[in-house]
Amino acid sequence: MTDQVLGTAGVRAPAVPLRTAARRRADWRRRRLVLLLMSPWIVGFTVFFAYPLVMSAYLSFNHYDLLSPPRWVGWANYHYLLRVDPQTWIAVRNTLWMIVVAVPLQVLFAFWIAALLARAKSGGGFFRTVFYLPALAPPVAATLGFVYILNPATGPLNTMLGWIGIEGPLWFQSPHWSKPALVGLGLWGVGNTMVIFLAAVLDVPQHLYESAELDGAGPFQRLRWVTLPIVSPVILFAVVLGVIQGLQYFTQAYVAASIASGQASQAGDTLNALGYPEDSTLFYPVLLYQHGFNDFQMGYASSMAMLLLIVSFAVTLVIVLNSRRWVHQAVPN
Amino acid sequence: MRRRRLLLAVAQHSLLIVAAIAFLAPFVFILLTSLMTTNQALSADLWPHPFRFRNFIDVFTTAPLWRWTLNTMLYSCLATIGVLVSSVPVAYALARIRWRGRNLAFMIVLIALMLPPQVSVVPLYVMWAKLHLVGTLWPLIIPNWFGDAFSIFLLRQFFLTIPEDYLDAARVDGCGELRILFTVVTRLAKPAIAAVALFSFLYTFNDFFLPLLYVGENSDNWVLSIGLAQFRSLHQVQWNLTMAATLLVMAPVIILFFLAQRAFVEGVTLTGVKG
Repeated sequence: MTDQVLGTAGVRAPAVPLRTAARRRADWRRRRLVLLLMSPWIVGFTVFFAYPLVMSAYLSFNHYDLLSPPRWVGWANYHYLLRVDPQTWIAVRNTLWMIVVAVPLQVLFAFWIAALLARAKSGGGFFRTVFYLPALAPPVAATLGFVYILNPATGPLNTMLGWIGIEGPLWFQSPHWSKPALVGLGLWGVGNTMVIFLAAVLDVPQHLYESAELDGAGPFQRLRWVTLPIVSPVILFAVVLGVIQGLQYFTQAYVAASIASGQASQAGDTLNALGYPEDSTLFYPVLLYQHGFNDFQMGYASSMAMLLLIVSFAVTLVIVLNSRRWVHQAVPN
Repeated sequence: MRRRRLLLAVAQHSLLIVAAIAFLAPFVFILLTSLMTTNQALSADLWPHPFRFRNFIDVFTTAPLWRWTLNTMLYSCLATIGVLVSSVPVAYALARIRWRGRNLAFMIVLIALMLPPQVSVVPLYVMWAKLHLVGTLWPLIIPNWFGDAFSIFLLRQFFLTIPEDYLDAARVDGCGELRILFTVVTRLAKPAIAAVALFSFLYTFNDFFLPLLYVGENSDNWVLSIGLAQFRSLHQVQWNLTMAATLLVMAPVIILFFLAQRAFVEGVTLTGVKG
């Protein structure tokens, strides 16, 4: 029904067929309207999406430093990226580490809090706000706060750990603890995922729990066979989003490394802090930034960008395709 | 049975309270440190003694916080207006007008949504450099005036829920398609438009990567996120002032959240679209 109405963009189909000229004029007018409405996106798509994508692919086969014109080098950038550059694999390993550890932890943690909140009899609104607030904190500010709280010598966390006789780790000063500290920062800002999970958990029909209970299902079984299947599409969404964000992880790593390294060298020199300490926070986008905008190796950075593009799409595709096995579908197909 | 239920409820609430304290603790530590003296902030003390409220005045004199705020507002406001002006018509064309290629166009919007910004950043940087606009806020603002994939997606989903009858009524009254969009649809979609405006504002306010790229080298045009990240290197070891600045950057977002929360609920109930 709507299709018919929409088909003529508001002009209802007349009872008597129009003469073709008039219809053609109406068609033309509608096409002009669509073109007018779509024009911002058409320009935006061409200039800020299609052009850079094609250009990125082209530049990835060139040596380009912004000063002299691009020089064709064939596959040299890719060869160097994948075979020679030792930093590539450090960055890939760090990024993988972050995704494999942080994404499941965040999903579990968000789900746990959402499940607790869903059952809370009182104060639900208050708790929801408390758990959501950190997600609102601007990433730079949140990171700065964490670097201070986790600063090894006098930071509040290690001070409090000291009270109970634990010598806290060096956190952002230690190559072993810098990534766990970033994971902690991510868990603090888990509010967005938590809110989505909460809405999904609250959406589970109560009668399903009741009939499961009648069938003798314990709390764990109810969670496994009632809640999880119904919430699974939302979990898929959170996982895909988490992986995509993990591949783009930049701001927190950049800020934490630059602040923590400044702390280590009080003289305030301009040493290259990216990846501090010992390349442990050198994630793929950080390395891309370093090559592209510190060293101005635009061609090489483009080859990194193309690899990121391919990996992003491949990973998303694999997750979504695999999900058919574990994501519950309301409509059988 | 009842006693077990009660015990369970108590256990769950205490877990919630513990988790809530852990979530609030970083804010509390940031606040307490921002009120310490410089020397105390370097010690292991947790409680300020004496309270130094002057830090929040000193912050403004030691760093050009107003200038950063002004630049941030310029970026956030101009970008948000641009997102609204450009995305609403596109979303309308994708949701309520039928034309060949519409599904393809929508697919492209979805793909653009998934594309990592790092992929297109090199050629765009080259483009802005050739236009001599690197160092200004324009490379950050201008792209927002040509449709934003996330906003188009969100608005389209909302436009789809507007009952056709509302639009038909306007058509019967002789409204053209454009007038329907600018009067009827925008009024009905107020909650969605408010949401898009809010998200766009938050995104640009928090944005770090693009400002670092385009205005990082020109401190006259620094926005708050860049200034804050550089704050400690400008003012070595002054953790108290750094935390005061951190808190000041967090404040607008949190205040906006509390204000907008009510606006959202009101918006949704007022329009009657969802009721």
